[in-house]
Amino acid sequence: MSEPFLIGDTITGGYGNGPDILHECTISVNPGEIAVIVGPNGAGKSTGMKALFGMLNVRSGSVKLDGEDITSLSPQARVVKGMGFVPQTSNIFTSMTVEENLEMGAFIRTDDISETMEQVYELFPILRDKRDQAAGELSGGQRQQVAVGRALMTQPKVLMLDEPTAGVSPIVMDELFDRIIEVSRTGLPILMVEQNARQALEIADKGYVMVQGRNAYTGTGKELLADPEVRKSFLGG
Amino acid sequence: MDFLNALVALLNFVVIPATAYGSQLALGALGVTLIYGILRFSNFAHGDTMAFGAMIAVLLTFWFQSIGISFGPLPTALLALPFAILGCIALVLITDRLVYRFYREQKAKPVILVIVSMGVMFIMNGLVRFIIGPDDQKFADGERFIISVREFKQLTGLREGLAIKTTQGITVVVAVIAVVLLFWFLNRTRTGKSMRAYSDNEDLALLSGINPERVVLYTWMIVAALATVAGVLYGLDKTFKPFVFFQLLLPIFAAAIVGGLGNPLGAIAGGFVIAFSEVTITYAWKKVLRYLLPENLEPDGLVQLLSTDYKFAVSFVILIIVLLFRPTGLFKGKSV
Repeated sequence: MSEPFLIGDTITGGYGNGPDILHECTISVNPGEIAVIVGPNGAGKSTGMKALFGMLNVRSGSVKLDGEDITSLSPQARVVKGMGFVPQTSNIFTSMTVEENLEMGAFIRTDDISETMEQVYELFPILRDKRDQAAGELSGGQRQQVAVGRALMTQPKVLMLDEPTAGVSPIVMDELFDRIIEVSRTGLPILMVEQNARQALEIADKGYVMVQGRNAYTGTGKELLADPEVRKSFLGG
Repeated sequence: MDFLNALVALLNFVVIPATAYGSQLALGALGVTLIYGILRFSNFAHGDTMAFGAMIAVLLTFWFQSIGISFGPLPTALLALPFAILGCIALVLITDRLVYRFYREQKAKPVILVIVSMGVMFIMNGLVRFIIGPDDQKFADGERFIISVREFKQLTGLREGLAIKTTQGITVVVAVIAVVLLFWFLNRTRTGKSMRAYSDNEDLALLSGINPERVVLYTWMIVAALATVAGVLYGLDKTFKPFVFFQLLLPIFAAAIVGGLGNPLGAIAGGFVIAFSEVTITYAWKKVLRYLLPENLEPDGLVQLLSTDYKFAVSFVILIIVLLFRPTGLFKGKSV
């Protein structure tokens, strides 16, 4: 099999000079795929994703994007390289309108952004209705849509979502997952961290179960859902 | 007729001076609030930044006057204003490069930056007094009044007169222009929006590729321009005296906090709240009341709630009330 589009290869590292949180952890994603990282609290799911985004001190292993080694790049430089990242919290500009949020997402672009904005509005029609409203006044689910929309504005080559459904109701969660699948159908590789392991694995092409900073199980979403060990330990039977 | 006279007296002694003073405070508070929102500290050197900008304008005005350049009926200082703004921008950018950038790179806590800004304040304060001296400088020239008391009385036949000083008129006009430009810049331009984004959510702004050093640069330039405009307008309206700008720091901070720190709209509202409170509380109401009340109820005293010497107490009291009951200010600002 050829090399994956984005891969964090056997990464060991932690925040700053602190202790290692990840231990030889490997995470990758390919175009058209949704890769999901699940696992118990404190397993290093978000940390694993942040390692790919350059927010971690990686002591061994490497991060490659489209074959290029980007291990030493800053997060900002990775955005320029085509990585879109949606943080778990404070992922929107609350005092700015929805449209301004999208504009700021496209800040590094110098070309015409109206087409991309149109695509985002087509994907999230509710945002078009609320375009002149302050993003901080929106509901949790709508905020997440703004956050994802903002990240899409750079026309990223890979999209990383840190718990996009944290704190939203189950109905909104289903809708968000539908949207994420829609984004993925455009061929954009998506990597996401999820608390709602079962639902996330159902839509995942590839799943990583992490435990204490290590890859515990890896497989397609269906395989992991069927795996009795995974079911017993992480999915409540 | 008595009612009209009372109204004119009120306009003349309260509304017009307070509007001019409020505009000056609003411009000052805008600078403070921008620094707080974007650079994330309370800039105690702001009063002396105003003094420095105004000082350049004063010196240039003297020079213009000596070589015979004037601005017709308008004060020559308005001609000097653009150059003064440039000079003040140069000063704050040098200060930023020499002082603030060091602490920014250390990711110093806001309280450290506050202390640093106090140091900057003392240095700027000394610099201004060293260059121009601690004394009063009168530099307003041109027409003194848009409408004078005598003209107004002849025009209306009222017993009370109404005067609008040229400087008051200019203050309001220039303040409106400055505020419109500022809001246009912040809300309509890419750079302005990136400044608001940076103020709103620094991490996400970085993730969006906004360059923090550019944001800081533009912020200082705008703040220096606002400070100079505020300083020159205040100097024209009253007189230029270095120490006064240091004293102005309190009402300016009060205005910014009352309006909600980090919120430009709040800074303007706060400026007028403080100015109107200060003027109404220190105004001797006897004159107005004499027209309004029946003869036997006419007040004996001045009906002045507070001597003008205590005008700073007004800002203090408002500040404390707001901090106690609405710490984020009238408009949604950051809590202090």
